[in-house]
Amino acid sequence: MLGFGDLGVTAAFVLTLASAALCVGYGLLHWNDDDAPLPPPVHPPGEAELDDL
Amino acid sequence: MNLELLTLAVGAYAAVLAFLGWLGYRRTRSAADYLVGGREIHPVLMALAYGSTFISTSAIVGFAGVAALMGMGLLWLTMLNILLGVFVAFVVFGRPTRRLGAALDAHTFPELLGRRYRSRFIQGFAGGTIALLMPLYAAAVLIGGARFLEVQLQLDYQVALFVFAVITVGYVLFGGLKGVVYTDAFQAVLMVCGMLVLLVATYAQVGGLSAHQALTDLADKVPPALRAQGHRGWTAMPAAGSPLWWQMVSTIVLGVGIGVLAQPQLTVRFMTVKSGRELHRALVPGGLFLLLMAGVAYVVGSLTNLWYFQRTGKIALAIMTDPATGKPNVDRLMPLYTQAAMPEWFAYLFMLALLAAAMSTLSAQFHAIGTAIGRDLYEQAFRLGGGAERTVLLARAGILAGFAGTVLLAWNLGPGVIAIATALFFGMCAATFLPAFVSALFWARSTRAGVIAGMLAGFAAWALWVLFVHERESAALGVVKALTGRTSLGAGTTWALVDPIVVALPVSSLVTVVGSLLGRAAPGAEAGATARTREGGLDAGLR
Repeated sequence: MLGFGDLGVTAAFVLTLASAALCVGYGLLHWNDDDAPLPPPVHPPGEAELDDL
Repeated sequence: MNLELLTLAVGAYAAVLAFLGWLGYRRTRSAADYLVGGREIHPVLMALAYGSTFISTSAIVGFAGVAALMGMGLLWLTMLNILLGVFVAFVVFGRPTRRLGAALDAHTFPELLGRRYRSRFIQGFAGGTIALLMPLYAAAVLIGGARFLEVQLQLDYQVALFVFAVITVGYVLFGGLKGVVYTDAFQAVLMVCGMLVLLVATYAQVGGLSAHQALTDLADKVPPALRAQGHRGWTAMPAAGSPLWWQMVSTIVLGVGIGVLAQPQLTVRFMTVKSGRELHRALVPGGLFLLLMAGVAYVVGSLTNLWYFQRTGKIALAIMTDPATGKPNVDRLMPLYTQAAMPEWFAYLFMLALLAAAMSTLSAQFHAIGTAIGRDLYEQAFRLGGGAERTVLLARAGILAGFAGTVLLAWNLGPGVIAIATALFFGMCAATFLPAFVSALFWARSTRAGVIAGMLAGFAAWALWVLFVHERESAALGVVKALTGRTSLGAGTTWALVDPIVVALPVSSLVTVVGSLLGRAAPGAEAGATARTREGGLDAGLR
């Protein structure tokens, strides 16, 4: 199939195209899907309290 | 080749970069702008910047040459690049990374891990390994770009190296991450144009899709030495378990394919967009970009065997032999092929595309090294001073330190280091950071002690395997030779072919899980939990 020498390369070729199609399809299907608004930062900017370890 | 026209094209390219760097500078007003692009980068820009940072010259030139040698089995790496490097990275990792980064006000990848577990050590250790080892990877990219300038513009190599690094560091230094993203996106467009033309022109010259069958029919032209290593033709996988199979599957496909998930300079991109919606939208250009880069490079690289055979009766392996050493040099293939098979105007376009690939990766590396030194080590881990007004200054100082270290390394590294340095850094990132990163995002029960133990164990396992067992690196580094007189403790066995990631990543994962289950939940988990519960749902914060 497709002129390749074995199933391993045929599968890689088809799955590569399928992966790209998955990215495009999923991206388009969820084009307007958004998260809930971000929570306010747990720490004030730049003032996180970290332990030494 | 018209040197004046090429110089003009490179000059125009540098002028556009200077303008975009200036634009980044003009739009940078805060530390968040400088470190994470103000968390409001457009999704298409983010996707193109992510892709062009991901794909360097070594991916286009080096791995295409490897495909000419090994064949289209390398498409498994393209598949992983798209599936893991884009789909899983954006959909599974990207959104929680963005949310956790915002919830913890993290500006760098080490800071994300450090604040998640409230651990100065984690931030310092992660920043330290990036500051120490990323210059090696950056030096590899820098060498590739400088060699290109040396050959094409007939510059002295040392001068080319310095000029290339200075131009790149210039727009990173002033433009911050906004400058990096703007220039990366422009460079990505150049890369897309170059690879599209390369794909269409190559298929047109070798007979369209029927070329696959013609290449399959060339299997009996595989040299006996390669056949003995397991090579079964350019459209078939190497024989399972053969040395060539191990090299392809463990080092190239798994090593590079998985390592991308924990690359600090890529992960920080998820913190630059303003909403999860932007990550969905970025999937479309991101997936297509990786297909065009890695997919085209590996298919065209394999098809060069057919192109050369149809015209000279020889396969590409015979063409890429280095006259100086008498040995095949995979890095020579694509420059030779484009020169022989493509029109002259394409040579200019392809050269600019290669320059763009190198520069876009290098700029992100300089930024990551600089923020690791200035923000993670100096300001946070060692508490040597900082504050909002000094963060950008410290990051810039770190970028200059990273620039100096990278240039010095590049000046002193020997030939043939590009692929080794790239694989080393990808493997280190996967072994050291990936279990910690996954735990930080998805496993509330993970503990600070477990994560620290996992990071240390992963780094140690990776370093020991590199120094003593994986022959490609252990022979080059020479430590095991000095101690035992052998090039690898596993020399002559399959172990010498097994990539460090195959051993170090399971070790790191296991230690992280066991260490976390044996201890109490990390206080950092409360931070993540707080972010989640404020939205009224246990998992809402990380979706």
